[in-house]
Amino acid sequence: MDPQPRDLVVARPEGLYCPAGDFHIDPWQPVAHALITHAHGDHLRLGHGRYLTAEAGRHVVTRRVGEVDLQGLPYGERLTHNGVAISFHPAGHVLGSAQIRLEHDGQVWVVSGDYKTGPDATCLPFEPVRCDVFITESTFGLPVFRWAPQQDVFDDINAWWQRNAEAGRASIVYAYSFGKAQRVLSGLDPAIGPIVAHGAVAAMDEAYRASGVALPPTKSVLEASAEELRRCLVVAPPSAQGSAWTKRFGDYSDAFASGWMLLRGARRRRNVDRGFILSDHADWPGVLEAIAATGAPRVIVTHGYVEPLVRWLAEQGLQSGAFKTEYGDDEDVKATEEAVPEASP
Amino acid sequence: MKEFAALFLALDSTTSTKKKTDALLAYFQRAQPADAAWALYFLAGGKPRQTVPTGLMRAAARELAGIPEWLFDESYDVVGDLAETIAHVLPPAAATIELPLHVWIEERLLALRGQSPEAVSVALKGYWNELDTPGRFLLTKLIGGSFRVGVARSLVLRALAEATGIDAKLLAQRLMGYTDKHHAPDAARYTLLVDPSEQSAQGASGQPYPFFLAHPLQAPVESLGERADWQVEWKWDGIRAQFIRRGTGSWLWSRGEDLLNGRFPELDAMHALLPDHTVLDGEIVVWREGRVQPFADLQKRIGRKTVTKKILAELPVAFLAYDLLEAGGEDVRAWPQRRRRERLEQIVAGAASPLQISPLVEAPDWPALAVLREESRSRGVEGFMLKQREGRYGAGRTKDVGTWWKWKIDPYSIDAVLVYAQSGHGRRANLYTDYTFAVWDGEADSRRLVPFAKAYSGLTDEEMRQVDQRIRQTTTEKFGPVRSVTPTLVVELGFEGIQASPRHKSGIAVRFPRMLRLRWDKPVEEADTLRTLQALRQAG
Repeated sequence: MDPQPRDLVVARPEGLYCPAGDFHIDPWQPVAHALITHAHGDHLRLGHGRYLTAEAGRHVVTRRVGEVDLQGLPYGERLTHNGVAISFHPAGHVLGSAQIRLEHDGQVWVVSGDYKTGPDATCLPFEPVRCDVFITESTFGLPVFRWAPQQDVFDDINAWWQRNAEAGRASIVYAYSFGKAQRVLSGLDPAIGPIVAHGAVAAMDEAYRASGVALPPTKSVLEASAEELRRCLVVAPPSAQGSAWTKRFGDYSDAFASGWMLLRGARRRRNVDRGFILSDHADWPGVLEAIAATGAPRVIVTHGYVEPLVRWLAEQGLQSGAFKTEYGDDEDVKATEEAVPEASP
Repeated sequence: MKEFAALFLALDSTTSTKKKTDALLAYFQRAQPADAAWALYFLAGGKPRQTVPTGLMRAAARELAGIPEWLFDESYDVVGDLAETIAHVLPPAAATIELPLHVWIEERLLALRGQSPEAVSVALKGYWNELDTPGRFLLTKLIGGSFRVGVARSLVLRALAEATGIDAKLLAQRLMGYTDKHHAPDAARYTLLVDPSEQSAQGASGQPYPFFLAHPLQAPVESLGERADWQVEWKWDGIRAQFIRRGTGSWLWSRGEDLLNGRFPELDAMHALLPDHTVLDGEIVVWREGRVQPFADLQKRIGRKTVTKKILAELPVAFLAYDLLEAGGEDVRAWPQRRRRERLEQIVAGAASPLQISPLVEAPDWPALAVLREESRSRGVEGFMLKQREGRYGAGRTKDVGTWWKWKIDPYSIDAVLVYAQSGHGRRANLYTDYTFAVWDGEADSRRLVPFAKAYSGLTDEEMRQVDQRIRQTTTEKFGPVRSVTPTLVVELGFEGIQASPRHKSGIAVRFPRMLRLRWDKPVEEADTLRTLQALRQAG
């Protein structure tokens, strides 16, 4: 979309930029002032001068990038910088994730980062914010993506775990170590058996617990007895699949938790026994519902299935366009290859 | 139908043989014969003809989902499978119902055939609205005639044998021809198939035997031991078939278990050339001027519904017999290969065209055979078949009672440039895995890349992912599901045959192209030329 002179946010080679406030949002190259929507690697990068993030995300951000010049802003509170009023509002994506609302000269823009509209016990739910321009993701922005109720997925996971435990087999769920892993943990029924967390997951769990999120107790693989290893549920990052680390569980069943598991091809490529369709991104109805709730006449799409969403919105009479960004791009590849944080940074 | 949809999902989502067998066993233990009859039919590779044209199915799905055509197509490109796209794009069903598989097939699916497009559309939407996602996926696959399930027949047989207590080999035999299009499965056929008291393998009189399949020879040929222990024949490039003459009838079955009667009228004459109760295994080829003709010629015959006199004169076929399975009503598969061959020679001796014997290759030792094998291309064959002289005739890809090896010639290979890519289907959906390759044509400055082959097999999952990334990085244009890329990647392609083809822009067509190696190291400028390909064709 061609930029207009009064635009509050524009796409620059180094990242999204607010000219009026002279700061960036989730930039991919080092800048002086960076506003961060959430702590996933494609949105939170090293090397910026100052970081501004939602206060709720302080622990996870620090866990990811270490000690940086970081200011936390509680959800809903306003801070004015160069005349631009900034506030953070829950995006429901992961702990500390925020939509960033900018107000200047009578205009309101909201940059949503990544978000989902469904429930998640590990973070505050998505909060619709009225605005003039809404900047949205479109990771699953096609009508084939439609999530089942979260509880159905948790029920499936628990039933699968129960069957495996009865057969004397461990159950390994591969889940991205920040966000998805904790969401999976929050849905487990600890009455079924012991829960083991991989080091990379446990490190993030610590940040969650420090932030006041209740998660069921977990053990490290070294703390679990041989008997427990045969009936436990294990949460591990995707990179653990096929590694020597999984060998200690002997005959186990494995599963992958991701929105991509909706696709048969992705499921089969992943080569696990089960695919649990659990995503931290909005599905197609979720994206449309979120956009409608903002009341914004103008929508800009950043990543995922960008072109279809832009065209669909245009056909619905909205002014729609795209920003070229380095977010997400291919989550399937990302889930496989993105480096997992070390157990102790 | 829920159970069969669940079975399909279970088979589809695991690569473990044990889990597949367990799922099959659990299904057959519970299923009613009328449902099991259809389940077995599908699992054994049976396919009812497509009952609804794809376009009509897509239109109905779009209407029910309330989305425009372009958005449906975008979704299809990402999902990579039409039935799966439809299953996910429709709004969730208000209430689902459960009907037995055979009712779905016989009373609903097959009943769609021949109805008006409007009626079909209404019926389809109604059906989809009664099913959950797995059910919709299965039904749409069945309606679209694209149902395929990743399970080996031997596995299905093993599970069925365990469920019914009948020997798997006997079941294999009874199952031959079960998926033939002309006979719909039903409870009676299934019950007969699994009847423990029915000891005769030959249900219908035209029942074929399971084909014995060869394994590719990868070890050095010397590892097979003495040359004298092996019967050597040319490996024909035709249609593997069984000719059955019993009583007044004759039957011609393909390896895919299609009844070919009537497709090759010249082979009807074989009935009179053979003694009663004879079953031959052999190859159908186009035979002219005393030699086998390229497979492309046979393809021209396969494609035709009616066989004209002109075609019969231009492209006559022959049956090259190479094994004897039944003689005088006796099942002789347990005889050693050499004895079956001896008797086969007696039976076929002196028979006239179209029946011929596949001759033995006489060469004293392995080195001599290796030299002779180099002539394969000029003789129009694919190499050698090596058959254990003391071996029996097995069933399928077995090695326990005797072994057949195919010792094929090395493929042609050429370095080509990737120019277009399209996303794959099934497990390759959402990845660019189907590629078009080009070679250079013309001189120096005016050189350009001419597409000549498509290939999608030969890469590992990891390599596919790497190529997929390269494609995304180098895309210049998208038209529908196809991406055009800046030429940057050279791939070594292997193929079996090469033919002049006026239909192709490059003027040539290659057979069975596949990727042998990614040449990340090789600059595009150094890829092969059209001239190299033409030279290969003339040499072959």
